[in-house]
Amino acid sequence: MGLLHRRKGTIPYLLLAPGIGWLGVFFLVPLYYLGKMSLSQGLFPIFSFGWVWGNFRDAITSYQTQFVRSGEYAGIATVIALVMSYPLAYWIAFRGGRWKNLFLLLVIAPFFVTYLIRTLAWETILADNGVVVRTLQHVGILGSNGRLLATSTAVIAGITYNFLPFMVLPLYVSLEQIDQRLIEAAEDLYASRARAFARVTLPLSLPGVFAGVLLTFIPAAGDFINAQLLGTPKQYMIGNVIQSEFLSVRDYPTAASLSFVLMAGILAIVLVFARILGTERLTVAA
Amino acid sequence: MTSAAQALDTSTFGRVRDLPALRFVRRHVLSVYAALALAYLFLPIVIVVLFSFNNPKGRFNFTWEGFTFKNWENPFGYPGLGGALRVSIEIALLSSLFATILGTLVALALVRYRFRGSATTNLLIFIPMTTPEVVMGASLLTLFVNWRVPQGFGTILIAHILFNISYVVVTVRARLVGFDRHLEEAAMDLGANEWITFVKVTLPLIMPGILAAGLLAFALSIDDFVITYFNAGATITFPLFVWGAARVATPPQINVIGTAIFIVAVTGMLATIVFQNYRSRKGAFAL
Repeated sequence: MGLLHRRKGTIPYLLLAPGIGWLGVFFLVPLYYLGKMSLSQGLFPIFSFGWVWGNFRDAITSYQTQFVRSGEYAGIATVIALVMSYPLAYWIAFRGGRWKNLFLLLVIAPFFVTYLIRTLAWETILADNGVVVRTLQHVGILGSNGRLLATSTAVIAGITYNFLPFMVLPLYVSLEQIDQRLIEAAEDLYASRARAFARVTLPLSLPGVFAGVLLTFIPAAGDFINAQLLGTPKQYMIGNVIQSEFLSVRDYPTAASLSFVLMAGILAIVLVFARILGTERLTVAA
Repeated sequence: MTSAAQALDTSTFGRVRDLPALRFVRRHVLSVYAALALAYLFLPIVIVVLFSFNNPKGRFNFTWEGFTFKNWENPFGYPGLGGALRVSIEIALLSSLFATILGTLVALALVRYRFRGSATTNLLIFIPMTTPEVVMGASLLTLFVNWRVPQGFGTILIAHILFNISYVVVTVRARLVGFDRHLEEAAMDLGANEWITFVKVTLPLIMPGILAAGLLAFALSIDDFVITYFNAGATITFPLFVWGAARVATPPQINVIGTAIFIVAVTGMLATIVFQNYRSRKGAFAL
């Protein structure tokens, strides 16, 4: 890797200072203020700090449904995204050849259209009198008055679509790095294609799976745009609640404690997931 | 299977599996799937582009009424859209500029130097990328409230520089790690000091990575909604405009601008790929 510049030990710190300083001031310090706010009470602009731990208890009991729902929607969307993305990433990595970069560009390109506009397009696609709904009604999957919009299906579909590249890219990076000779070796040792995949490719791609699941689940759990545009208050996630508490109700303490509970919940789920996968295999990626 | 293994495979399953028909299916099923997946990815984009030519009767652009060019002839006809777009572009330019500078410096430090605290620095760079935007936007909001900073253009800019730094660091770092140090050593052997080597050798060679990081930052900034939403005050960026307008109306001009941004972004990316191929084919020192 790099040479060791031993002469002036201050150079790296000078280089780091502006960027890390910015992150420190505008990322870490705000978290402190968010914490302080979660232990206060009041409505904007008057807040009084008072170690109000009750905020957390109230937050969890009042909005339990939305918390669970967020976990469900984000979880289902992540699983679907994983199942959809893996074959695609595999195909690009192993069959893409010279055109790999072009195919990656094709995968990423749709996401250069603003998130909101993409989601509005889904509102059009899933519209009540649109082709998709009418076909599903015709085939019988939906009832004769069935809708797709304003259902959890639409919201989950929106979340899945919008976070797909976050799943495809890490999977691709991980798969692309696999040494093909390992697979050939397995097949030379009489492993079938399926076995070679299950015993060689799949385990070696786990770091990518882990990264993809993280990068998809975490932002999805905090999302509120899909629920707002494709759903109704019955589908609202915890992100919607946090957003409305901050910007409409202006009950900052409640909103802040909700944010922390959300972060804690996400962290817990991620840790459990990491345990399940087995942390040794994951450090290969790091 | 390799032919050696195939030849030795006498199981029934193996013989069935080798039937020409099944071989054809197996070889192509993945490609068909990939094609379908790509079609799915582009479906909303096709809708966006298509509906930019729509002539809706009401205020909403959800059902197809008729083809027209008038939205493209007058993309800024809807009140507020042009102003919001200008704000978005200004913020994107400024934030990507600053984030690229700050992030490149950090990436240089992380890759070229060993120092205490590099692990913590890595963590600090990584965590913002995995924090939900709601939380980041909300915490910045409480900061500005506590410091009594009025919300507007400035706070949006601060927020955008913030989340862009991490992405710039990751992008530039990838480029730096694959960098051939021998070129620098050769320059220094020929008498250049560290500063000149950096300016004349290192910088030009990592410039594609820096540019890519800048483009990424620009794209992320133009598209950002959630963090901006929490910190915008009365200022309106393009995504905020779409959000606000979407309650009341969805003018086709939104699709026009969306399509335009898409075309510009894709062209930019294609250009960088083509440019990189061109440079690597002509050799690293081509000017």
